Amino acid sequence: MKTVTKLWVGLGILILLSPLGLLLPEHFKAQEAWGEWGTDKIKEMVGYIPRGLEKLSSLWQPPIPDYGQDRGGSVLGYMFSALLGILIVVSIIFLISKFLSKKDNL
Amino acid sequence: MHIPDGYLGPATCGFFYLIMLPIWTVASRAVKKTLNARQVPMLAIGAAFSFVIMMFNIPIPGGSTGHAVGGVLVAILLGPWAACIAITVTLVIQALLFGDGGITAIGANCFNMAFVLPFTGYYIYKLISYNCPENSKRRVFAAGIAGYLALNLAALLTGIEFGLQPLLHHAASGQSLYCPYGLNVAVPAMVVEHLLIFGWVEAIVTALVIKYLQKHDPKLLGIKKEVEDENSH
Repeated sequence: MKTVTKLWVGLGILILLSPLGLLLPEHFKAQEAWGEWGTDKIKEMVGYIPRGLEKLSSLWQPPIPDYGQDRGGSVLGYMFSALLGILIVVSIIFLISKFLSKKDNL
Repeated sequence: MHIPDGYLGPATCGFFYLIMLPIWTVASRAVKKTLNARQVPMLAIGAAFSFVIMMFNIPIPGGSTGHAVGGVLVAILLGPWAACIAITVTLVIQALLFGDGGITAIGANCFNMAFVLPFTGYYIYKLISYNCPENSKRRVFAAGIAGYLALNLAALLTGIEFGLQPLLHHAASGQSLYCPYGLNVAVPAMVVEHLLIFGWVEAIVTALVIKYLQKHDPKLLGIKKEVEDENSH
């Protein structure tokens, strides 16, 4: 098998394993990353919600918030998000490369 | 390390978008000059790897979580400008689709993770592995150190960006308008957890993949050089 093929397979394995990134923090009762708290948590920590933060934090409603953690069984949702994200990122790189890579090599 | 919307004030957000614009422009030109069609799948794999590795949240029991970025690996294999493009694409999709990192903070997040991280990592790797053969152990070591230091530098910058907000923006009452924690809290929080835990994850991931490629396809470790040679002819 060519190395590139092996690397694609490796990515597939990482997608299947990705729910570990959800389950391990749950298991060890770890919270969100530093500085990535929701407004409720901030209020709890500092006693108020900074006004600008409150306004900006709801600026964008992502279609799949938090990698689908709250949808259709969090493990499957998370894995699906990994797959979807990779498909989109890969497509965009191939698309960009059409414009960026040297013509004589195509 | 993905700064969400609302944590940075408009001035900081605008500042980093302004800094990133010329960097993205130069990156596109550099990649256009050096990337050949054979490398496109590698670039796509690199971006995808960075995307998925960031989903592996590592817990500090009872504390916070963090993750590797994978950007140093991409920089070592394809060069720092290509890594900049790959990680930028990843960060934009994470922000737009999954709400990981804010859209107002894309400039700042890209500065930390798609610019400073791959460039520091790349040059530290080059420095330590200078003149050593593709299969030498020193390359694996260099990759690990580069991953560790680069992720920590990115974390330090993120901490500074958070920590400057109370100085830049506060209401008459003294309440912060954006990130409520100053430098004295944000910088140690970001730096210590990365020095102790997450930096090692980036180090191990980077070193292991380099070791694997040394064994199975050492040509890939010379891929960047080969392209540069081709171009100089």
